[in-house]
Amino acid sequence: MRLLLLLCLLQVGLAQAIIESPDIAPDEFATNAQKERFKTLIQDLRCTVCQNQNLADSHASLAKDLRREILEMMQQGKTDAQITQHLVDRYGEFVLYKPRFERATYILWVGPFAALLLAVVGFVVLIRRRAAQPTHLSDADKQALTEELRRPPVSTSSPKK
Amino acid sequence: MLRSAIPLIIFILLAILLYKGLSLDPREIPSPLLGKPAPEFSLPQLQKPDAQLNKQMLLGKVTLVNAWASWCVSCRSEHHLLMSLAKDGVQIYGINYKDAKEDALSYLSQLGNPYVINGHDISGRVGIDWGVVATPESFLVDKKGVIRYKQFGPITAEAWTKSIAPLIAQLNKEPG
Repeated sequence: MRLLLLLCLLQVGLAQAIIESPDIAPDEFATNAQKERFKTLIQDLRCTVCQNQNLADSHASLAKDLRREILEMMQQGKTDAQITQHLVDRYGEFVLYKPRFERATYILWVGPFAALLLAVVGFVVLIRRRAAQPTHLSDADKQALTEELRRPPVSTSSPKK
Repeated sequence: MLRSAIPLIIFILLAILLYKGLSLDPREIPSPLLGKPAPEFSLPQLQKPDAQLNKQMLLGKVTLVNAWASWCVSCRSEHHLLMSLAKDGVQIYGINYKDAKEDALSYLSQLGNPYVINGHDISGRVGIDWGVVATPESFLVDKKGVIRYKQFGPITAEAWTKSIAPLIAQLNKEPG
């Protein structure tokens, strides 16, 4: 239990260290709100070199440069939208971890819901069809069943001595 | 008959989809700069730090802008191709990306210099403006300064003969 707690604490410490991004000193942020804003920004932007990491987690040199560039744009008073657009203009929509909703990405956004809807519709149709099937045996079927049950079982194993 | 074929059809469609997905190169991010004017920039020249390399110097001719660094291994593999292109008269301008000046200069003196002019981008700022992700990257810029093609990674012989060379011939015919 104690070990678990320790591990948890360590985990939090590690995550904190990564988000703090060592290349930017805490005193470079004028306010705490600005620091939080920076954190959110770099968590939602992709590092284009490492591709599957965001800018906050990446140690790539380009990620470092981009973090610095974002900080400077913040200090120049640019809005989040302006900063994001600045990066999109250079690296494309690929830098956004949350792609925008537009023609090229609508399958991405709508696809899962469409698939879910399709599955639900298919399921309902299947259940209805099953429910519509007769649950009572016809007389002929009953007859066949009783005959089948009366017949002595056929042994598949070799007869006993 | 048709009912039992449905799983097979789904399987085949999935297989095609996944096969296509595998054959794509995730590094080839479509550049938003294609068809757009090259970014304005100004860099000190690598060989003559007092002089500049800027966008105006690229205008009026078809140029190949190549981002490179001496620490970049695939740049070395591309270098001999750049040398032969330069010999054939291709105007290659270099953006020396985040490189120590001495390293860059000794790289060029060892392997030869295919560049008309090299800009020294020590901070990597100009690289960011050009959307450089990983060197080498090359941009074909037309006479009006519009980026018409981007090569991710080293220029291969195939990319040269199939895409870049025909495009240069075409762009050379366009009015400046």
